[in-house]
Amino acid sequence: MSRLANPNRFQKFSRRVLPWAAGLAGLGLLAGLGLGLFFSPGDYQQGESVRIMYVHVPAAWMALGVYTLIALASGLFLVWKYPLADIVARAAAPLGAGFTLLTLVTGSLWGKPTWGTWWVWDARLTSVLILFFLYLGYIALQNAFDDGARGAKSAAVLALIGFVNVPIIKWSVEWWHTLHQPASVIRLDGPSIHISMLAPLLLMAAGFAAFFVVLLLIRVRSALLARKIRALRLVQAAADPHIGGR
Amino acid sequence: MIENFLAMDGHGAFVWPAYGFAFLVLGGLLLWSLRELRSHERSLHKLRPQDPDAA
Repeated sequence: MSRLANPNRFQKFSRRVLPWAAGLAGLGLLAGLGLGLFFSPGDYQQGESVRIMYVHVPAAWMALGVYTLIALASGLFLVWKYPLADIVARAAAPLGAGFTLLTLVTGSLWGKPTWGTWWVWDARLTSVLILFFLYLGYIALQNAFDDGARGAKSAAVLALIGFVNVPIIKWSVEWWHTLHQPASVIRLDGPSIHISMLAPLLLMAAGFAAFFVVLLLIRVRSALLARKIRALRLVQAAADPHIGGR
Repeated sequence: MIENFLAMDGHGAFVWPAYGFAFLVLGGLLLWSLRELRSHERSLHKLRPQDPDAA
């Protein structure tokens, strides 16, 4: 893992991995959508609105997973000071925020026909909304200081402190009485949903995860280029007496 | 047939916006990220055309 901390090695690694991730994303999403929309049944209670599950649940899993990645990267950054850890976390944050927003909106669209309401302040929905604000707070902190290093450190601390919200989200449906249903996939007794629904769900989840990897690699590559450009411009400014008003 | 599929048994007004929003968010993130990358590659090319990471 520490070998990838070198930016040049990371670029080589990302060039090899990206086409595979893109292929997996395409396959997973196409197969998941195909099965989910055309070859899976409606629910005996919820009818066809259950098909929202095939975007809502993978988005929710990604929202939690990406935050966990950011928290891990933040820990690595604070303890071992790997610059790439901060770069990865910073690149992942808008993606995680996007997945969380998608979770909230698709959940609301699912909730209206199912529960008769667009929103309810139950423990699951509220804690996911807090997750969304944590993402926004992380992004804001990264950009809040003139000294980028202070922003990076503050954001990393926020990410670590905010990680307590992740198990709260996961167990909210067990610890509190919630309108949101309890877990039906990631449970000690195994999944309780039928394979005809589990298969498209897992395919969409794999597609979402691979798509995230594609986006992350693009964004990290972008960030590393930006660093290179900044460094080259500094060198240029130092060498050329006409730049910088000297 | 296609009308039944689009109607989703009366739930079409919820199902299709959900998928539409997913497409917008994921597509939007991809386009935004690619645009940023291309812009950096062009900037790097201006500074150092021979760089393998440049456009």
